[in-house]
Amino acid sequence: MKHAFLDHHSHVESPIHHLDARAKIIVFFTFILIGVSSPPTSFFLFSLLATALIGIALLARLPLGHLLKKILVVLPFLLVVTISVPFMKKDGVGGGYNLGLGGLSISQSGLWILWNVVIKSCLGVFSIILLSSTTSFPQLIRGMEKLGSPKIFTMLTSFMYRYSFILIDEMHRMRRARDSRSFGGRWLWQTKVIGHMVGTLFLRSFHRGERVYLAMLSRGYHGTIPQTTAERLGWGEVAFLSLVPLLLVMRIYWG
Amino acid sequence: MTSNKVIEINHLSYDYPDGTPALKDIHLEVYQHESVAILGPNGAGKSTLLYHLNGTLMGEGEVVILGIPVEKNNLKEIRRRVGLVFQSPEDQLFCPTVFDDVAFGPLNMGLDEEDVRHRVEKALEMMGLKGFEGRSAHHLSEGEKKRVALATVLSMDSEILALDEPTDNLDPAGSRLLIERIQYIPQTKIIVTHHLPVAVDLCERAVLLFEGRKIEDLSMRELLKDRTLLERFGFDADYAEWMYARKKG
Repeated sequence: MKHAFLDHHSHVESPIHHLDARAKIIVFFTFILIGVSSPPTSFFLFSLLATALIGIALLARLPLGHLLKKILVVLPFLLVVTISVPFMKKDGVGGGYNLGLGGLSISQSGLWILWNVVIKSCLGVFSIILLSSTTSFPQLIRGMEKLGSPKIFTMLTSFMYRYSFILIDEMHRMRRARDSRSFGGRWLWQTKVIGHMVGTLFLRSFHRGERVYLAMLSRGYHGTIPQTTAERLGWGEVAFLSLVPLLLVMRIYWG
Repeated sequence: MTSNKVIEINHLSYDYPDGTPALKDIHLEVYQHESVAILGPNGAGKSTLLYHLNGTLMGEGEVVILGIPVEKNNLKEIRRRVGLVFQSPEDQLFCPTVFDDVAFGPLNMGLDEEDVRHRVEKALEMMGLKGFEGRSAHHLSEGEKKRVALATVLSMDSEILALDEPTDNLDPAGSRLLIERIQYIPQTKIIVTHHLPVAVDLCERAVLLFEGRKIEDLSMRELLKDRTLLERFGFDADYAEWMYARKKG
């Protein structure tokens, strides 16, 4: 079974894909920081950020429709905020939103908060999606490491990535085995089976972890892995990184 | 002959943590450039014996690798000399890319980057996997995974290779390809398998284990002629006879 979640499209050929992961991590995180730190009224800055991100997506030859669909992951979070909006500070009623349900009204500051969350989460998630769609996961991990992220953290992340596929495969196999021997049954019985499956999956993962550790020891692992030195950044990366001061200037003037 | 004895095992016994005996008083000597097959049914202790070669397991008795006893203090030295390939490549390959996995051993040995890169290149070339450096282990076929797993220890330039069921889970074509690659490896090889044809193709000596005991230690030709022994271990004696004729010819 093959899975390619997380880093969909990361093997497309484009100038953005060829850039060093470090440059991309810095630039996209700057996008997020600038977006998050700006007041909700900086409409011009937000539109500039969105345009820049769309520009990068086009340059990276990524299908925009697909990316926009992925932004929908923020929906459940937005829903939580939206539900709570009516109960926020009642300092003023937002124009024409009085729902007439026993005096339930939407406050203006509540709407601002909603807008604030919508625009910032969308820009932030779009930046992260662009980063993961233009950089393969191994490159991303390497980039983080070169930028000084603790080795233990990057190692754990890379194990998680490597074994998530195997875990998913194992889960599929177990589900198939269950389905081929399952003949319905009460709801309660089904939950029991699922409980057993989760337990088995945990035990198997635990044993796998032990075997992997033995395999690491067999190849001389002794608690630390020596760092490899980083490659030098080329002109492409420098050009891409010049977006960082540009974004800062934009934040100062239009934020 | 004693000068090139690479493995010496004396009175080795091992019990599983639950108390079940797995190995009972094993003696074994292996000489340089030998290829030894460890044969036996499931649960005979084949893999357990293999894990003793690099100190992954440590039982009672003596295991000496290239003159160095397998002890806690010597494990680093032992592990650079014995390359152990686990049965499941999913356990062996834990890095995000093929390059990282093959470089893991050499990096831990403290080699400089240029040397590591060179070794990775060489190991992958030996396994016919040039250009696989950036691939992720999950996207490889079972046969490719097995070959990468072998490359991860070849890059360490170990004097002894210990392979646990190298052709397990492979289709006949994949199995053949892997056997051909292993035949090219000049190092001393200890191969655990329960496939007689694999043992015949790769090894000239067979050690037979049964319920944790060494039952026989003989040349592959002798084994192929010994119908009683073959039948006792559940091997097809007629097929063995045919293999013997082929080997002789």
